[in-house]
Amino acid sequence: MAARRPGERSLLVPLLLPTWAMIGVFMVLPVGVMALYSFLTREFRGGVDWTFSLSAYDQFFFDRGLFGDEAPRLQWAYISIFWRSIWQAVIATVLCLLVGFPTAWFIATRPARSRGVWLFLITVPYWVNLLIRTVSLRFLLRDTGPLNQGLMSLGLVDAPLPVVNTNLAVQLGLFYSYLPFMVLPIYAAVERYNFALSEAAADLYASRWTTLREIVLPLVKPGIVAGCLLVFVPSLGAFLAPDLLGGAKTFMIGSLIDEQIKGSQGNWPFGAAVAVILMTLVLIALVAYARSVTRERSA
Amino acid sequence: MKRLLGAVALSALASAAQAQEELKVYIFFEYIPQELVEKFEAETGIDVTVDTFDSNEAMLAALKAGRLGEYDVAVPGDYMVEILRNQGLADTFTPEELPNFGNIDPQWIDVPFDPGRTSSIPYQWGLTAFAVNRDVYQGPIDSLSIIFDPPEELSGRINVLDSQGEVLALASMYLGIPQCTQDRDQLRALNDMLQEARQHWASFGSDTSKEVLVSGDAAAGMIYNGFATKARDEGANIEYAFPKEGSVIWMDNVVLLRDAPNRDNALRFMNFLLDPENAGAVTSYAAYQAGVLGAEEFTDPAIRDSPENNPPESVNLGDFVMACDETTQATYDAIWTNLKQ
Amino acid sequence: MKGVRHYPGFTAIALGCLLVLYAPMIVVGIYSFNGSTSLTTWGGFSLRWYADVFTGEEAERFGMATWNSLTIAFMAATVSTVIATAAAVAMVRGGRFRGKAGTFALINLPLMVPEIVIAVATLIFFSTIGLETGYLTVLIAHVTFCIPFAYLPISARLQGIEGTYEQAARDLYASRWQAFSLILLPLMAPGIVSGYLLAFIISLDDFIITNFVKGAGMETLPTAIFGSVKQGLKPNIMAISTMLLVVSILFVTLSYLINRRGQKTLVQQGDRA
Repeated sequence: MAARRPGERSLLVPLLLPTWAMIGVFMVLPVGVMALYSFLTREFRGGVDWTFSLSAYDQFFFDRGLFGDEAPRLQWAYISIFWRSIWQAVIATVLCLLVGFPTAWFIATRPARSRGVWLFLITVPYWVNLLIRTVSLRFLLRDTGPLNQGLMSLGLVDAPLPVVNTNLAVQLGLFYSYLPFMVLPIYAAVERYNFALSEAAADLYASRWTTLREIVLPLVKPGIVAGCLLVFVPSLGAFLAPDLLGGAKTFMIGSLIDEQIKGSQGNWPFGAAVAVILMTLVLIALVAYARSVTRERSA
Repeated sequence: MKRLLGAVALSALASAAQAQEELKVYIFFEYIPQELVEKFEAETGIDVTVDTFDSNEAMLAALKAGRLGEYDVAVPGDYMVEILRNQGLADTFTPEELPNFGNIDPQWIDVPFDPGRTSSIPYQWGLTAFAVNRDVYQGPIDSLSIIFDPPEELSGRINVLDSQGEVLALASMYLGIPQCTQDRDQLRALNDMLQEARQHWASFGSDTSKEVLVSGDAAAGMIYNGFATKARDEGANIEYAFPKEGSVIWMDNVVLLRDAPNRDNALRFMNFLLDPENAGAVTSYAAYQAGVLGAEEFTDPAIRDSPENNPPESVNLGDFVMACDETTQATYDAIWTNLKQ
Repeated sequence: MKGVRHYPGFTAIALGCLLVLYAPMIVVGIYSFNGSTSLTTWGGFSLRWYADVFTGEEAERFGMATWNSLTIAFMAATVSTVIATAAAVAMVRGGRFRGKAGTFALINLPLMVPEIVIAVATLIFFSTIGLETGYLTVLIAHVTFCIPFAYLPISARLQGIEGTYEQAARDLYASRWQAFSLILLPLMAPGIVSGYLLAFIISLDDFIITNFVKGAGMETLPTAIFGSVKQGLKPNIMAISTMLLVVSILFVTLSYLINRRGQKTLVQQGDRA
């Protein structure tokens, strides 16, 4: 880095001020206000009363029966919604990893010139409107869609494969939405991998798969962890895939929040509380990630 | 009549003084034909501003957040009229203030959400029950059991409205229990019945309720009658049902708001909408039913004569969705969350 | 040499991966040229649905939505690129300073927090300060979440430019502003253009946040499409989708090509994300 002249530092603040102001006022502050909102009292039929209350969190964690007068037990309704969302996101992440790792490996082992093109091809779908991609997938998979009609006319199946409105469709949708997020960081890690290590292992009679497991995977692990995180986080709060592909049969975190904020229940404090809980989970995942990276580096 | 003349004279004076008379209308988006607004402006010289909302709850939230006093009339759904009245957000008028008051279909005067019509007039109404794909199921469809305890052909291929009010009201009618009941055994029965029924359902969707029937993703589905007409127009071989247990009746209404800045203009607008020709124009555009006597004559025949809009004489139309009190509503919310957890 | 790099099945998976990514879009692209009104039967090649987009009954609604989307994307991309450029210069050329890590986290915050959380927080915030939801609130939200997308390519580009250029200029008595505008800015240009284009696309495509803060009546292209799709996937929607797809691909290709000129591919920035 070039040596700085005296006075250059004075520019830092004016250069960074717009960023601080914009993100600070219109993102950090709103998240703070939302957190505050989750501790307010809900007014019957929409609106809030500006008095402190824990009732949103109480509703989330404690079940007092259908009529609200039983002894509080742990509330499974919302926990199971979270659990289901997490599970869907995990499956989508695993699917992405199973497909994304070989793809990233394949690209990284192409000649340098064609790598750029391959990466470009993988990235392009990400920039295409997520809504359009999800709708396209539904069109492709539906009972009367091209895939099922094609399979039936080929005589491979007798009746349409029921995919739309199932959990499988949601997982496929998430997988399809976020696959590029998995490929890119793994590619970056594999690209830096020194293949001489594989050759050395081969010379010592290690099988291909042993080499992969014992040598490659530990070295590219940061890329894999980053990829998993980049798929997992957006999958967790996904809204379009469950709604359009899953048939909205059960609440997911995204639709639960949406219903509280925009739906007939009009319970903003509870919606805010669910969002705060979701954000807390994501932050925990991010901190765990940051720690694992620091540990890897210091090791 | 004298009063009206007085009002007209007064507003003429006011318009001379103010230069421009105004009216602010708050309504669902794409729910009033632009030509009709222009016709009103041309007839009265009043400058109309139309603001839109996308749900009853959003409208209520906006009014409570300080927009009251800005709008003259709003057009919310039935239960929301009751909420507006209970929360003191609606103004009242006397039938004499609306020369066309007598045009209101008598069956919609003593409605539960505004008995005797002191704050609101009908705008559009319709029914919510269900439609069945006749290629899939040919049996009788005169009972709500098609949705809540379906025959084998339909099980697993049913779409249900993603709307707590309508689903719980229809479920209550199916069980023969009153809406907003406080009887715990009845509420438990309602919860248990829905838990059983959900196993037969493929999807929840309100906006999509037409599309799933047209595309064949669902073989039966809860649907608004006007929506079923559209689904049939788009080629679905479906029949809309008028179940014997009753349907959900819904009605959007023009409500005179409290602190309306142009109360007289608001009443002129409401009176204008009660004119059969104008009510017919709204109906032709929105494709439901008007609730105004004589409007049929001015309604697009395709909409007026559709089987969905003409229930058999003897059928039980059903009831409006009721606005429950806070305790019962909490139980309803819990039942809904159980259903979708 | 090839031996250790090759794993059986990986090639097939990579090709399958491309197929999965592109198949739905290609299918929709093909069906948008379907002459039939029905979705599932093929009625011969036709451009009627493209004509329908511009002349059909939904033309006005989609026209308005497109106008909103384009003007918002233009303004949001412009403002966020200016902000991001300033931030990148400070972050990359500013050396170590207090709060650098915090600022870096702040810039990346919109990428880290789930979109639905940002959407809810923004809506509650606007409602609390009494700002009515509409065009303005959508624009503000878009500027905010576009900043990191504009920032990443710009800072990546800047990191590749050695400080000696500016230093040489300064040694030759160029003012600070001259050194920046005459030397650094032209060198940064590919990164800035790339950042601008990505911000533009991100704004053009956003659905969740827009849907929360747009208010009634106001539509952008994605929210209008969402509304229509719920009423049924019609061939005209497929035509609009295909056109939007082509626009997205054009923009990304342009961004990729411009950036490659500076030997920095999109992807190298991607992995810094």
